[in-house]
Amino acid sequence: MSHQQTISSEKITSDLLPQKFGKPGMIWTAFLVVLCLIGLFAYYRQLRYGLSVTGMRDYASWGIYISNFVFFVAISLVGSLITAIFRLTNVGWRTPLTRIAEIIAVSAILFASIIIIVDMGRPDRFWHLFLYSRLQSPIMWDVIVITTYLVLSVLFLYFPLLSDLPILIQNSKPGSRIQRLYKFVGSFWKGTAGQVALSGKAIQIISVMIIPIALAIHTVTSWLFATTYRPGWDSTNFGAYFVSGAFLVGAGGVLVAMYVFRRAYKLEAYITEKHFDNMGKIVVMLAFLYLYFNINEYLVPAFKMKKAEEHHLVSLLTGDFSVLFWSAIFFGMILPVIVLLIPKGRKPLPAFVMGILVVIGAWFKRFLIVTPTMLSPFLPMYDTPESYKTYWPTWEEWSITIASLAGALLIVTIFVRLFPIIPIHETIEENEQIKPEQV
Amino acid sequence: MNADSVKSGGEALPRRNFLKGILLAGAAAGCSTKDPFTSAAKEGGAQPSGEMVQLLSTTGEIIEVDKAFLKPTEQIPSITGMAQRMGIEGKKFVMVIDLSRCKNLKKCQESCNHAHFVSDAQNWIKIYPMQEDEHTAPYWQPTTCMHCDEPPCVKVCPVDATFKRIDGIVGIDADRCIGCRFCMAACPYSTRVFNWDTPQLPPEVLALQYSSETSCPPKIGTVSKCDFCPDMVRKGELPHCVSACPNGVFFFGDMNEDVVTNGSETVRFSELIRDKAGYRLMEDLGTKPSVYYLPPVDRLFPFKNELQSEEG
Repeated sequence: MSHQQTISSEKITSDLLPQKFGKPGMIWTAFLVVLCLIGLFAYYRQLRYGLSVTGMRDYASWGIYISNFVFFVAISLVGSLITAIFRLTNVGWRTPLTRIAEIIAVSAILFASIIIIVDMGRPDRFWHLFLYSRLQSPIMWDVIVITTYLVLSVLFLYFPLLSDLPILIQNSKPGSRIQRLYKFVGSFWKGTAGQVALSGKAIQIISVMIIPIALAIHTVTSWLFATTYRPGWDSTNFGAYFVSGAFLVGAGGVLVAMYVFRRAYKLEAYITEKHFDNMGKIVVMLAFLYLYFNINEYLVPAFKMKKAEEHHLVSLLTGDFSVLFWSAIFFGMILPVIVLLIPKGRKPLPAFVMGILVVIGAWFKRFLIVTPTMLSPFLPMYDTPESYKTYWPTWEEWSITIASLAGALLIVTIFVRLFPIIPIHETIEENEQIKPEQV
Repeated sequence: MNADSVKSGGEALPRRNFLKGILLAGAAAGCSTKDPFTSAAKEGGAQPSGEMVQLLSTTGEIIEVDKAFLKPTEQIPSITGMAQRMGIEGKKFVMVIDLSRCKNLKKCQESCNHAHFVSDAQNWIKIYPMQEDEHTAPYWQPTTCMHCDEPPCVKVCPVDATFKRIDGIVGIDADRCIGCRFCMAACPYSTRVFNWDTPQLPPEVLALQYSSETSCPPKIGTVSKCDFCPDMVRKGELPHCVSACPNGVFFFGDMNEDVVTNGSETVRFSELIRDKAGYRLMEDLGTKPSVYYLPPVDRLFPFKNELQSEEG
């Protein structure tokens, strides 16, 4: 990276070392903790009174917990996109983004598993999944691939972190708790040639392995829906549709995180405008891809308007959910494409705003995948209480869902307090050798 | 676990248990003795209470026995949970619903809800006003669980909490269900209900051990649905909906014996389906239901819908 060649290694180290929270950092963390506590209280109520505290009923038997789960699984795909795909294809400008992507992936997939337990009517019987597990159920496939992905993602975060640990140990107060943590995590790392070779090989293997696993987590998650007969879910397009949507929301999430870290930690020299420019282009490509699958998913069935599909499609295209549906398409895909196609739109601030739109649009898109289908059963909703015919989440559901999002952000926040969000060692190394490929 | 008395429900339950115990004890002691209770109890050293109970002996005589000498038998030989999951060997239960006889009286629904302690807002049997198109005739369609031979719910259950028995019944083990509700998403017939709240149950029902043949007691955080009442079948009786319907809409029987009955009429299943062109719901999905419908031709009642606007 040409522009960095003027920076000394000491400067890089001091720039990138994790910093104590400033006042905004403390406020932010406290805010997240409060959201989590409210969510915990709501979950206490749910444990006490059962799922009746939610807005879910027999028809809409899945609600925002499930759509939030799908959202988490989707956004976690970003880890493999940036880290593995860019690594394997030798994308030179990836270095400052890899750890951002990977920590988002780890915290998202962790909260995906938590939120799915929250959705269970009997969380006390969670162990039944292992005691009585039946491999023919798509839920078991999901349990297997999500666990695998979580383990691989943690390793994928951990191995590249090892070479930073001697720097962290050296630069922390001797005997302090944080130094003990660093020593516990990686005092064995001496950076010997053997260790470097071994770690390099491990990272290479994980880069290859994690791509099919990442595709699998989201494909299998789509199969939770596509293996049923329901209008709107009964689709062979679903796996690809979900994966493309996941790539989009993940890339949008990275745009947002890049901007926030750049501002909060003054990383302008490392996360440059070029990075926003490149990520912006990637978001455009992925938004087009997702739009393509949306056309396949909705317009092709709408052309035929089969009777069983009609209620569902009409509710999305012109009915109860149409405002949300078209907003998610427009603000979550079309507008980001338009803005990010303009070179000025790929400057940090507009790119950041488009990233937020993509992420919010993606969250509501998951809601639109779950709820309208549940409210379009084959047999009419008849002679059933009004509350059964509609679905709107209760404050408990919102609190728990928001708490899960806050929890994921809290993990990221604590992580950057403890560890450098941009790999120090790798940056110094790249800085020292003049790379043939330019950003 | 005393399965059948559960469904009699409410206050009658303890008394019925008690009487059953007496009759069983009488049977065990043989037919010839006039009063087997007093002699047996005195051997055991029981003290008379002075309160006498009149009983009908196995020989048809009325005998008076001191209440203290009677030992209520709580347990009628029960079926193990495993046997309940297995089902009844040699049987293949089917139901035929004659749409030409249904006028939406909801007696089936009432008796079913009462017997299974279904919550107020929910029904296991749902009765839909059906009309394929504005130019086709409307009719009432009661639906139970279809007890599919290719059950989508069983396919997706991660813990084998809903299962297919050898007699064709799809049951639920509420002690195993984790409440993920995947089966509800998978069922195209909207037949499953979820216990969102703590079920309101009489204490004696609450105390029972769960049986997948009575689906009682229902448990919070788990899924319930129509179970085809195998407990009634074991007693040689018909499911509650079948006996409750005054119009004989529901026929229940065994496909292997090729017989179905609505209580008053007993007919050959295959002939009924052939002659009246029986069909199953959503055949195109390949779920292979065990519930057959007879088309609503030559109807006994005109179609009248008080909740017209509700169709959705």
